Amino acid sequence: MTAPTDLLLATEQAPDALAPVAASGVFVLIAVMILVPLVSSALLVLGDGPRFDLADKRGHLLGTAASLASFVIGVVLFVTLLGRDAGDRSIEQNLFAWIHVGGFQVDMTFLYDPLSALFVLLITGVGTLIHVYSIGYMEHDPRRRRFFGFLNLFIAAMLTLVLAGDYLVLFLGWEGVGLASYLLIGFWQHKQSAAVAAKKAFVVNRVGDVGLALAIMLMFAQLGTTSFVGVAEGIEQVSSGTATALGLLLLLGACGKSAQVPLQSWLLDAMEGPTPVSALIHAATMVTAGVYLVVRSNFIYEGTEAARTAVVVVGLVTLIAGAWIGCAKDDIKKALAGSTMSQIGYMMLAAGLGPAGYAYAIFHLITHGFFKANMFLGAGSVMHGMDDEVDMRRYGGLARLMPLTFGTFAMGYLAIIGFPGFSGFFSKDRIIEAAFAENVFVGIAAALGAGVTAFYMTRLMIMTFLSSRRWKENAHPHESPAVMTAPLVVLAVASVLGGFLVLGGWISDWLTPVTGYETHELAVPAWVFSVGITVLVAIGVAVAWATYGRRDVPSTAPEKVSFVTRAGRRDLYGDAVNEAVLMRPGDQATRGLAVFDRIGVDGAVRAVTGGIGATSSLLRRAQTGFVRSYSLTIFGGALIVLVAVLAVNLA
Amino acid sequence: MTDHYITLSLLLFTIGAVGVLVRRNAIVVFMCVELMLNATNLAFVTFARAHGNLDGQIAAFLVMVVAAAEVVVGLAIIVSIFRTRRSASVDDASLLKY
Amino acid sequence: MVTFWTLAPIMVLAALGVVLARKAVHSALLLAVVMISLAITYASQGAPFLFAVQIIVYTGAIMMLFLFVLMLVGVDASDSLVETIKGQRMMALVVGLTFGVLVVLVVGQGVVGVSVGLGEANANGNVYGLAALMFTKYVLAIEFTAALLITAAVGAMVLAHRERLVPRRSQREESARRLQEYAETGRHPGPLPTPGVYARHNAVDTPALLPDGSPSELSVSRVLRARGSVREGFEGDVGQTLRQLDPDDPTSTIGGSTPRRGGSGRTEES
Repeated sequence: MTAPTDLLLATEQAPDALAPVAASGVFVLIAVMILVPLVSSALLVLGDGPRFDLADKRGHLLGTAASLASFVIGVVLFVTLLGRDAGDRSIEQNLFAWIHVGGFQVDMTFLYDPLSALFVLLITGVGTLIHVYSIGYMEHDPRRRRFFGFLNLFIAAMLTLVLAGDYLVLFLGWEGVGLASYLLIGFWQHKQSAAVAAKKAFVVNRVGDVGLALAIMLMFAQLGTTSFVGVAEGIEQVSSGTATALGLLLLLGACGKSAQVPLQSWLLDAMEGPTPVSALIHAATMVTAGVYLVVRSNFIYEGTEAARTAVVVVGLVTLIAGAWIGCAKDDIKKALAGSTMSQIGYMMLAAGLGPAGYAYAIFHLITHGFFKANMFLGAGSVMHGMDDEVDMRRYGGLARLMPLTFGTFAMGYLAIIGFPGFSGFFSKDRIIEAAFAENVFVGIAAALGAGVTAFYMTRLMIMTFLSSRRWKENAHPHESPAVMTAPLVVLAVASVLGGFLVLGGWISDWLTPVTGYETHELAVPAWVFSVGITVLVAIGVAVAWATYGRRDVPSTAPEKVSFVTRAGRRDLYGDAVNEAVLMRPGDQATRGLAVFDRIGVDGAVRAVTGGIGATSSLLRRAQTGFVRSYSLTIFGGALIVLVAVLAVNLA
Repeated sequence: MTDHYITLSLLLFTIGAVGVLVRRNAIVVFMCVELMLNATNLAFVTFARAHGNLDGQIAAFLVMVVAAAEVVVGLAIIVSIFRTRRSASVDDASLLKY
Repeated sequence: MVTFWTLAPIMVLAALGVVLARKAVHSALLLAVVMISLAITYASQGAPFLFAVQIIVYTGAIMMLFLFVLMLVGVDASDSLVETIKGQRMMALVVGLTFGVLVVLVVGQGVVGVSVGLGEANANGNVYGLAALMFTKYVLAIEFTAALLITAAVGAMVLAHRERLVPRRSQREESARRLQEYAETGRHPGPLPTPGVYARHNAVDTPALLPDGSPSELSVSRVLRARGSVREGFEGDVGQTLRQLDPDDPTSTIGGSTPRRGGSGRTEES
């Protein structure tokens, strides 16, 4: 990455970025924010049995109320934080000493700063909307109470993750969201595919978790602390090699959680979960935890160019791969999942650009959280009306029958493709600009990604809401109830307006205390980029329209397709590669070890025991039980002693 | 002369030992044990004379006392075994084996 | 010297007899011979006290105990000289001979140089000398011996004592049991026949004759039977008379060399 410092017009370092003040006043509510959904979750999940009829009937209300309570607290804290000086916006709440062992000291610390504050609002805000939506979506599910319990557990874990003041506390939340994700993907565990998908997500996530765990151990080994403040202070003393190792290990963790190449394979399968779960966990919040981790660890990446480059490369590859997959899928949720991968690739890319990109990574993360949640919920609404049909080739012409869903989905659509004025337009443009400033090729690739995004999203829109009707015979599409459409409307509004966070540079100013900020010099004025990207988007839309809008869409996927499409349909052979490189050899190794264990280890042990047993059964023959035999032995012994004495005397 | 007595003692001892090994009647076995004890007593007494002090005779006396005690207990054991097993053969009491 | 050469052959022969005698009583008597000879040897070696003790304790007490127990236990298969353990006798002989030869050749020769003699030690008399040692130097050992003797006495009592576990059966119960047994197994409820009944002799080794003239083994003590000292030979008694009366009577073969087991439906109960 060529980032000549003389090109930087202004560099605002984070002044005392991590010098938090103790929590006081209203900020003591930080822990309460986590505790409320946690307690609610415990009540809902554990409150089983006939005595808890009420929990079955009204449990969803409790869950939604818990999430809403967290959101209200989040808003109050946010407003309070707004009223503070930029330098005082980092608040630390130390609950209790968690682990104090010798030199290793971990406190249960929460850090509430501008970055966390945005995440809290996103998680609890979108979370609450999705709770409300789920009331309608899961209405007929006999285990709705449990579902809301898991959702609350997720909210609590995710809040722990973003509010943690220590990497180990973060890890606690990190594993918590992994658990919640596992439980929710496999919520319909009676479906084989759902159970397998949940297991896959869990296993792949563990690979990433190993990276994060190793990073935390390395921190402790090198710095003796794992708190953000301690690591930020100590990181300057460690060698660049250690910093690079830390950066790469954290990136591995981020890859696992955020479904970045090469740990992307679980996200598409994760769509087996209920749609609200896909919207909340696998689009809006949890999968962006990797981006949060990278941004939060900006002090580590500051000292290591190599790790930053790795982040950029991973982001870029995922961006392209996700878009590719998104183009080829006919399953509406999987197409959206590919899109999610791609958008998170943008965020990663931005996060890898350093202080120039952190703010825009978070900005895109927030806008993406709005419009992608909006679209997932819209997709859920469509499925709800179409008897859980997910194949887009069996949709078509739904715009008239589901006007509200269509309208809100269209807002999300315009936002994601970057239609001027919508939120995605602002957030994606900034990232592409920053990419160009960093490296022309990265910028070109990112811009092309925007064009492809426009293509596949347009394809999705056309196949679902426009074009001819290709429904199955017994399908009776209908608009969803108000409890489901209301969140859609709110999220649609957010999708449209989210972009205004950037006006006047608010988002970058807001985050500067945490991440620092650099503006970058562009070779051409910014509007040239905006126009250029908009033109690319328009081309993507036009191509999609030419391909799908003007011709009839076949109701079954065509078999004879190009390699590109086939690869996309098969997730770019990610599963095949995993299977060939990891699963098969692992299987073989396991089998080999089992054989070795059975023949080698067990054989040796059995041979020894058998040998001893055989020798014993031979030797025990000497124990005849006859006193006279024993006497003979004694007498013989006396004879031997006599001979020995004689021999000694003669010698 | 001393050597002759010692030789006699050793002969008696060996005969007794062989008797222990070959006889099956517990009482005869016991008698052979007594024979061995007596042979050692003879050696003690002979050595006492050879060394010119009475310690050997004391030892022989102690052996006699111990032998008396041993015979009492041993014969009691034989009687009680005979009572339960109707046999005085040392080979019949051979349950404690492999 | 004369004492030694007189007694030594007797002792060795008697000891060999102890080992080789077929009957335990003979072993016991031969052992007594060895012990008395030993006592004399002690006396000739300046140990008059041990001479007395040997006679009294060994020959008097211990040997009598042996004989007493022999009487109690009686005779059984263990008296047989047939070896049951394979190779035991062979090995015993080999080891014994080797041991004897080696020990006699090596230890018996020259372990003691010149014999000092007990003239000085027995100056005040043998008993006085022993007592002086016993109550000074060996007083502790003697005390322990006392404890040992008491323990042995108690132990013998415990071993020989038989605890009564069930109440003694009354005469009535006993007769009921006998008839019950007769009903179940056919065992005769009456007492065993006494020896000598209807026989020419009424000694304990003469089996009773049953009404048909055959001898009843049950009438003779088990020990006598085991020893094989049951008197036979009815050939010359009843049989001969019967033949004289009626040479063609087939019953004249009764009382032959193979006495039948008891009649009247009795079964032999070993």
